[in-house]
Amino acid sequence: MGEGRQIVASLDSVTKKYGEVTALCDVSLNVGAGELLALLGPNGAGKTTSVRLMLGLSKPLSGKVQVFGRDPRIVSARRRIGAMLQVAKVPETLKVKEHIDLFRSYYANPLSLRTTLEAAGLEGMENRLFGALSGGQKQRVLFALAICGNPDLLFLDEPTVGLDITTRHLIWQQIRNLVRQGRTVVLTTHYLEEVDALASRVVVLNHGAIVAEGTSAEMKARTAQRKIRCVTRLRPSEVESIALVSGVAAYEDRLEIRTMQVEPVLRELFLRDPAITGLEVSNSTLEDAFLKIVETGNQEVQKEMTA
Amino acid sequence: MNSHTATATAGAITNASSGSALRIYRTEAKYEFMKTLRQPAYVIPTLTFPLVFYLMFGVIFGGKQTIGSVNLATYLLATYATFGVMGASLFGFAVGVAMERGYGWLQVKRASPMPPLAYLAAKAVMSTVFCAILVVGLYVLGTEFGGVHLPLTKFLGLAGIVIAGSIVFCAMGLVIGCYTAPNAAPAVVNVIFLPMSFCAGLWLPLQLLPKVLQHAALLLPPYHLAQLALHQVGFKATGAAWQHVAALAAFTVVFLLLARRGFKRDDVSVNA
Repeated sequence: MGEGRQIVASLDSVTKKYGEVTALCDVSLNVGAGELLALLGPNGAGKTTSVRLMLGLSKPLSGKVQVFGRDPRIVSARRRIGAMLQVAKVPETLKVKEHIDLFRSYYANPLSLRTTLEAAGLEGMENRLFGALSGGQKQRVLFALAICGNPDLLFLDEPTVGLDITTRHLIWQQIRNLVRQGRTVVLTTHYLEEVDALASRVVVLNHGAIVAEGTSAEMKARTAQRKIRCVTRLRPSEVESIALVSGVAAYEDRLEIRTMQVEPVLRELFLRDPAITGLEVSNSTLEDAFLKIVETGNQEVQKEMTA
Repeated sequence: MNSHTATATAGAITNASSGSALRIYRTEAKYEFMKTLRQPAYVIPTLTFPLVFYLMFGVIFGGKQTIGSVNLATYLLATYATFGVMGASLFGFAVGVAMERGYGWLQVKRASPMPPLAYLAAKAVMSTVFCAILVVGLYVLGTEFGGVHLPLTKFLGLAGIVIAGSIVFCAMGLVIGCYTAPNAAPAVVNVIFLPMSFCAGLWLPLQLLPKVLQHAALLLPPYHLAQLALHQVGFKATGAAWQHVAALAAFTVVFLLLARRGFKRDDVSVNA
């Protein structure tokens, strides 16, 4: 995590089981003040379990969970925390402003109703019953409830799942603003685009363990960096023999060449086939990095299981 | 709206009095009541069933009949008051908790700094308000149309007994809410509520029922509350008052312990 940042939340050698299923296995994780940490991983990797533990909704089998130096299962330890969780149904017969007013009452220094409505993009909807809102508007109310207490630490469990692009960007913008104001955000998500757009640090979980950790850029650097696609008369085996090429795949009429250094490889390609066409060069995406990390992890797990 | 958000910290902090325990309890109770008042599925059956049943059996059919020294309308005022508070409390807690727990809303509230007791207290206050409306309604029907002569002080005592006693049904509803799925809860309550009302002698005087049921009634919480209510309106109840109070207290404790287990099952322990 960030150098010398104050730690606001931590898991210390935490193991959590649900019955026979191990949700987290000896996981240690620190959240530094002011950072935007993304927890990434496939379903069942332990992202939501980590968040539930840090919110005091769940108790570890072993290890220690702390938020602002205290056990989050104590009510008063949660006074500086806001949370947006996945919920199937919210009481529909309260108005937007009533929901917000109630959650504001739990905190010592809440935002005003007006500020909360503005920040969540709910102006003009305060008198609507929750049940009369669209899906995107409902999600904004949940976001409003998370921020209305003016929290220093915010947990967002898949905040933009199923949202239209406008609402998603609105919430991203709000998350950036909160971080700019010095708040700490812990985000779980399936959307790699979301991580790329927001996160200062990424932790990848798989099978209840941390499999990778770093900045978004560092993550990408962990995988074969860039891709060259082109139509060429050269055979894949020939391209593979070029220095610095780390992999070649043939797709119909074109080749996909992976390499850490694009320029020398391109020069060599042009020398060998001046008639090369359809050239495309792309950076590796976070998605490539993510898939690679998870795939490697799975292979290791399989090896362990067969061993 | 982006221009607004940069100002979110400055000038946003208001109302330094909020966050205090009293304010949380008050706000929680207020919105719990408003939320419920806007749910016809709760309000209409809760208020109309006991009033309509009382009007039919107590006032229209039972107007001139007596049981011992007490007229039937007065007898049934006590038992329908018990029936009414039982319905309001059972449905309020069981269905409310099952829905909010099962659909994940309770978890959102428990991730916030809301004291868990505020959630339960708010439901109890909401249920008490509906109980009070109902008991007053029964009293008005009885005195206006059923020939009930119950002094106001006696009536207030009756209201106090059934409302205080309704805590046992709140606890019972909480247990159902903790263990049943959201869409199953209303059916489960009905399956328990209606037979239990009949067997505890709330619809018809227990003396008219078979002997077996009269003995079995001892195992039902509403029987004990009805006996206390009957005693208050001048009907000579079976068993001493303290025995009924002790039975109700014991039921309440058992239900609360079961409910506590139910909450633990969800892996969120209650903290002060």
